[in-house]
Amino acid sequence: MLQIDLWKRLLIWLTCVVGLVLALPNGFYTRVETHNDAMQAIELQGETPELLAQASGWPTWMPSSLVNLGLDLRGGAHLLAEVQVEDVYAARMEATWPEIRDALRPERATVGTIRLQPSAPNEIRVRIGEPSGMPRALEVVRDLAQPVPTLTGALATDLVVRGEEDVLIVTLSDEERAASDDRTVRQALEIIRRRIDEVGTREPTIQRQGADRILIQVPGIGSASELKEIIGTTAQLTFNPVVGRGTDPDATPGVGNKVVPSLDESGVYYTLEAAPVVTGEELVDAQPSFDQNGRPAVNFRFNPTGARKFGDYTAANIGNPFAIVLDNEVISAPVIQSHIPGGSGIITGNFTIEESTNLAVLLRAGALPAGLEFLEERTIGPELGQDSIDAGRIATIVAFAAVLIFMTLSYGMFGIFANIALILNIALIFGLLSLIGATLTLPGIAGIVLTVGMAVDANVLVFERIREELKSARGPARAIELGYEKALSAILDANITTFITAVILYAMGSGPVRGFAITLGLGILTSVFTAIFVTRLMIVMWFERRRPKTIEV
Amino acid sequence: MRLRLVKQDTSFDFFSRWKLWLGISGAMMVIALVSFFLQGLNYGIDFRGGTTIRTESAQPVDVGQYRAALEVLEMGDISITEVFDPTFGPDQNVAMIRIEAQEGQESASVEKIRAVEGALSAAVPDIKFTSVESVGPKVSGELIQTAVIAVLLAIGAVLVYIWLRFEWQFALGAVIALVHDVVLTIGIFSELQIKFDLAIIAALLTIVGYSLNDTVVVFDRVRENLRKYKKKPLAEVLNISINETLSRTVMTSVTTLLALFALFALGGDVIRGFVFAMIWGVIVGTYSSVFVASAILLYLGVKRDWSKPTDTTGNQFANIDA
Repeated sequence: MLQIDLWKRLLIWLTCVVGLVLALPNGFYTRVETHNDAMQAIELQGETPELLAQASGWPTWMPSSLVNLGLDLRGGAHLLAEVQVEDVYAARMEATWPEIRDALRPERATVGTIRLQPSAPNEIRVRIGEPSGMPRALEVVRDLAQPVPTLTGALATDLVVRGEEDVLIVTLSDEERAASDDRTVRQALEIIRRRIDEVGTREPTIQRQGADRILIQVPGIGSASELKEIIGTTAQLTFNPVVGRGTDPDATPGVGNKVVPSLDESGVYYTLEAAPVVTGEELVDAQPSFDQNGRPAVNFRFNPTGARKFGDYTAANIGNPFAIVLDNEVISAPVIQSHIPGGSGIITGNFTIEESTNLAVLLRAGALPAGLEFLEERTIGPELGQDSIDAGRIATIVAFAAVLIFMTLSYGMFGIFANIALILNIALIFGLLSLIGATLTLPGIAGIVLTVGMAVDANVLVFERIREELKSARGPARAIELGYEKALSAILDANITTFITAVILYAMGSGPVRGFAITLGLGILTSVFTAIFVTRLMIVMWFERRRPKTIEV
Repeated sequence: MRLRLVKQDTSFDFFSRWKLWLGISGAMMVIALVSFFLQGLNYGIDFRGGTTIRTESAQPVDVGQYRAALEVLEMGDISITEVFDPTFGPDQNVAMIRIEAQEGQESASVEKIRAVEGALSAAVPDIKFTSVESVGPKVSGELIQTAVIAVLLAIGAVLVYIWLRFEWQFALGAVIALVHDVVLTIGIFSELQIKFDLAIIAALLTIVGYSLNDTVVVFDRVRENLRKYKKKPLAEVLNISINETLSRTVMTSVTTLLALFALFALGGDVIRGFVFAMIWGVIVGTYSSVFVASAILLYLGVKRDWSKPTDTTGNQFANIDA
């Protein structure tokens, strides 16, 4: 009768205490946040008295994990970008053309002349002089294809080669595309992460979503546009020899050359050699600075290979102009004055200080492998976030108070037990949220409020059942026991069904739906725990002490 | 002295007119569906793409002035609504501006948003842009698709769970009640043209959860009483079960509603639509456990002898009294 083993009691109280301790830092949010930031700074930059003072605001032996506040509560920017994975195919095909040409040349006797035909960027079309030589041509080009690892282990190669009369068509195979897409997205993710880290904001979320999307959430940033400027630029930097300068965008550049517009001078086009001398990949550092005239500029330094290439080129081309090209626009085209051996240089242009700072960041972090298209962007101002927190806090307190009063009025002493369990319940939710590093959003707060309402349900089920059992007059202890026993299946069924929906919401949902699903799901776990174990333990302890002959529920 | 919302030992007859109740519920569902198909929902940008900008200013909102400032930008259909809320301070005048998705673009370009912000700042000097959200048509199409799948999956999963724990008649009754609640919620959103966005889907799914919670508690008692009263007619057993659980049903609904009303009144306008959906769902969900789920059970009939296990797959998990 109404016995709970000592170890179970200890376990229940221990769980509650652990939950409370984990939840505690959230009660001193700003203090703990300052402490955490200071600790991180000390780790990175070493100790300073100022940082130590900030860190001492919260004892180190206490848990310091906080519930992350979502963008809707703290303000910040949210972007969903799609990586234009097809961008990579064209470059890939361009690089394949010389290989095909070199492979077909020795076969000229059978295939005749080889000529590159205009085509879509993701394929190569080659016309051969002798249509009868097509089988041989196909054979030769197919030999160029490299095997691609696939998930199923099936054999696949990277190129698909087919012939249409006298035209040989080479495209990338589906397997190669999939592998290339995956690589591109992973690279893009890495570059975006580096760029955002360079800017140094707190706790950015950068996640891959689906096959080719990247979700970026940065709290505390003023607007999504700002964020887009940092991550939206491809930042492909190259140094190309200049062939000529003119005003005709449609000028025929000649073999191996291309026409590129100037960034600052409108109507000016440069004809450049397509093959760059050095690229941004060989940069090791870039810093914003000023040129001799005090205008904003960017200083850069090459790695040893880049430095050698750059040095050799400048030594051989004194007096000739070369172009600094960023994302297919010529930033500037200075004339080489002297041999530049050290591997460092300066990019000047019509920059503002902000632009030169951004460019330095972009160059340091590296170029994106492909362009980004932004599918979704949201900016929440910090004021709106603060308003939402304030409104949420007041609403939660009022909702809480109303439920507490209502429960006490309805169930007296038992209601007070349920109320204590309810408060513990909220603490446990916050403890768990901090523990798993979940993010609290506005719908999440609504989820907690709903849990407040529904957490009492389990207790109500038990109390109503005890009332019923009391009518059969088997004594209070037996009634309490039966009440718990018989209400259990209803409690479990009801909560499991709701939990199922919470799990589905979490798995399928995004953004606000997820935030809600987390608090609802955790709330169900904690409310079942508090109702079945904590309230029961309190009632049992009270009963053991008082041994009442009759009870009123 | 205890507060009792429902007096002890009630014996309301819920099923003397069960056909009428089913008829009323059916008619309401038809009205909801007609409204949905005729009027459609007032989809937020989550589901139809476009840009919303929330502005705040100490000056009173003059919709005409805002519109005039934006008209020159030629961005197609622009809707401007003033937002009122009791939680706003005296110098908080908030407006929501919605711009339709621009031709041939995913999310709005930086320049477009800058242009809008510039035009409004010129018209209202102290204006602040407290939130700017932009969703491209590609994502919005997917969002609505996943939302529908999520709701269907949740209903399906629950159908299976109840079928395993009870019998197929219970599962069907519970699911019809669920569909009823979801349809009526969508109906009221269409009828009142409240903004329907991603958060409302979360609310819909909670309604699914809550309505089930309620139905399951009633069904659990029905199952228990079916074992207890083997000879009584089904209608009577259902009536006894609902009366026995009535006090709990009302208590839980009232506490949940207390919490939700607090959130509705004080939680701010950002989540008001969401909370409204939940309040409506709790009311409809409570009604439907009795007048839809149980009435369907009565209509379908149910296996009466629960004393020995049968070979029907339906109840092999039913006796797990965890």
